[in-house]
Amino acid sequence: MSDVSVDTNESATNSEQPQSSGRRKFLTVGTCVVGAVGAAGAAVPFVASWLPSAKAKAAGADVEVDISSIQPGQMIGVKWRGKPVWIVRRTPELLKSLSAHEEQLSDPNSEVAQQPEFAQNQYRSLKEEYLVLVGICTHLGCSPKHLAKGAFEEYAEGIAEGFFCPCHGSKFDMAGRVFSGVPAPSNLVVPLYQYVGDDTIIIGSEAEAS
Amino acid sequence: MNAFLNWIEERIPMMRVANMHAIQYPAAKNMNFWYVFGFLATIVLVNQIITGIWLTMNFEPSAERAFASVEYIMREVDYGWLIRYMHSTGASAFFVVVYLHMFRGMMYGSYQKPRELLWVFGMLIYLALMAEAFMGYVLPWGQMSYWGAQVIVSLFSAIPVIGPDLVEWIQGDYVISGATLNRFFALHVIALPLVIVILVFLHIIALHEVGSNNPDGVNIKHKKGSLAEEDKTVYKIHEYFTDKYDIVDDVVPFFPHIVLKDLVAFSVFLFVFCYIMFFMPEMGGYFLEHPNFEVANPYKTPEHIFPVWYFTPYYAILKAVPDKLMGVLTMFGAIAVLFALPWVDRGKVRSWRYRCGLHKVNLLVFAAVFVFLGYLGGTPQEDWKIDASRVATIMYFGFFVLLWIYSGKEKTKPVPERIVL
Repeated sequence: MSDVSVDTNESATNSEQPQSSGRRKFLTVGTCVVGAVGAAGAAVPFVASWLPSAKAKAAGADVEVDISSIQPGQMIGVKWRGKPVWIVRRTPELLKSLSAHEEQLSDPNSEVAQQPEFAQNQYRSLKEEYLVLVGICTHLGCSPKHLAKGAFEEYAEGIAEGFFCPCHGSKFDMAGRVFSGVPAPSNLVVPLYQYVGDDTIIIGSEAEAS
Repeated sequence: MNAFLNWIEERIPMMRVANMHAIQYPAAKNMNFWYVFGFLATIVLVNQIITGIWLTMNFEPSAERAFASVEYIMREVDYGWLIRYMHSTGASAFFVVVYLHMFRGMMYGSYQKPRELLWVFGMLIYLALMAEAFMGYVLPWGQMSYWGAQVIVSLFSAIPVIGPDLVEWIQGDYVISGATLNRFFALHVIALPLVIVILVFLHIIALHEVGSNNPDGVNIKHKKGSLAEEDKTVYKIHEYFTDKYDIVDDVVPFFPHIVLKDLVAFSVFLFVFCYIMFFMPEMGGYFLEHPNFEVANPYKTPEHIFPVWYFTPYYAILKAVPDKLMGVLTMFGAIAVLFALPWVDRGKVRSWRYRCGLHKVNLLVFAAVFVFLGYLGGTPQEDWKIDASRVATIMYFGFFVLLWIYSGKEKTKPVPERIVL
């Protein structure tokens, strides 16, 4: 205060002029920065409250599925995180046929990360026989239909079985691999899963590397 | 009585605002029926707010109860069916009048200098209105509510890196669920209506600053001191305008002249509106889609998913592009390019009456292409439609490219100095 009141006449006539423009600028910038940090901090609870709640997270927990009763060629659907998950027990003939149409696929080697590393193979599965897929089209989230016993030939010549999305006509083979020239950009998603014994699959987590 | 009115006026400027914005507001005398849609849009907005408030009194925003509470409104609440049909028919009517309002602006160059911001505010209203309508359509929690939300929300998953997390954040769950329904309800009944009302206020303030355009695109406000006394308007115009400009003798006061004309249009509009509301509220599945009479089922996709008719042109553009991210970008680009219209059009002449023949053809083709895209996006997928929607998408953007090219050196007709009726 002492240096401000040295010349009282001067400060009285120029009361609008800052005594120290550097100090005033610092205070202005400082106030703005602290205010902005405060505003950002206050926004956190509002933004974060849109994230899935504890209840939603609990409902999205891992799902255990008994696969012992699935017959060869049969498909079952289970719910996981509110999404349909398909488990197909593929016949040896079907597995053999997967190589036949690979030139019609846009990503036959599953190079796009739509699956856990353990499923980056031709069958896109942990065990060849069982295919586990999230049954949601990678285009705009519709649920494709499983067309078996030649019903798929209507959409893909010479291929007896596959998945067809009724919304915008995307097509996938029995490893969930997308055909080229359809709106869906990538293969169907393979969720994380692991086997517990031979008859049970846990969807939502993978076996810890040992 | 006068003393009482003065007492009020000294404390809040009621009469000054009424005079400035209505009783002594200058409007061109040649405004035709295309100029009623702004008024009608305001009426529909009021209808949506009032019926919306009444609907919230019985609607329950939860995944378990939403569908049943809409059935309850329709069947058991006295006049609930009427209030809901006023609201659902009003939603479609809103887009009908807004699309006509926008086309009017394009015909008569109402977006050109000095009305660029007026157009931009209008586009912001249109954008907010689309978000409002989309979220409102999710609330009854029918099959199309659910799957429509699924399709629209997953558009955001196309964004690189943050897409999937963003979708989870928007949904508040790993899928579209009751959490999504609840927040859409909050946005639909509080947040977006507030935004829309504020934007409408700004739109009108901007309009009254620059003044309404007219079908000839002729200026009615001239530089102060440039008009001879006998050319000035005979009407009493508010000094807010006469202090800055000479107002030419081609204007009438907004009230009562324009308001009465708007009221005639309003009564015609009511005939059409009420006929649809009472006799065909579903409009053959276009206003209320048939799958929406079934409760949402996350495990069963309806055979065909369409948005409601007013979104179908953009939906066709989305489907036309074979790449997901590019499709989403093209679709949003189709809206973004409309924002840029005042700068894409380099022309100096406003009304298409005095612009080159190519401009008239270009604009009419654009309108036809927009309607055709709406047809393509709102009917089941067929092979020929993919190619057709690609051609139509190129033509949609072609309108803006052509406009930019020819408006630079356009051969226009002479624009009259005064309005000739």
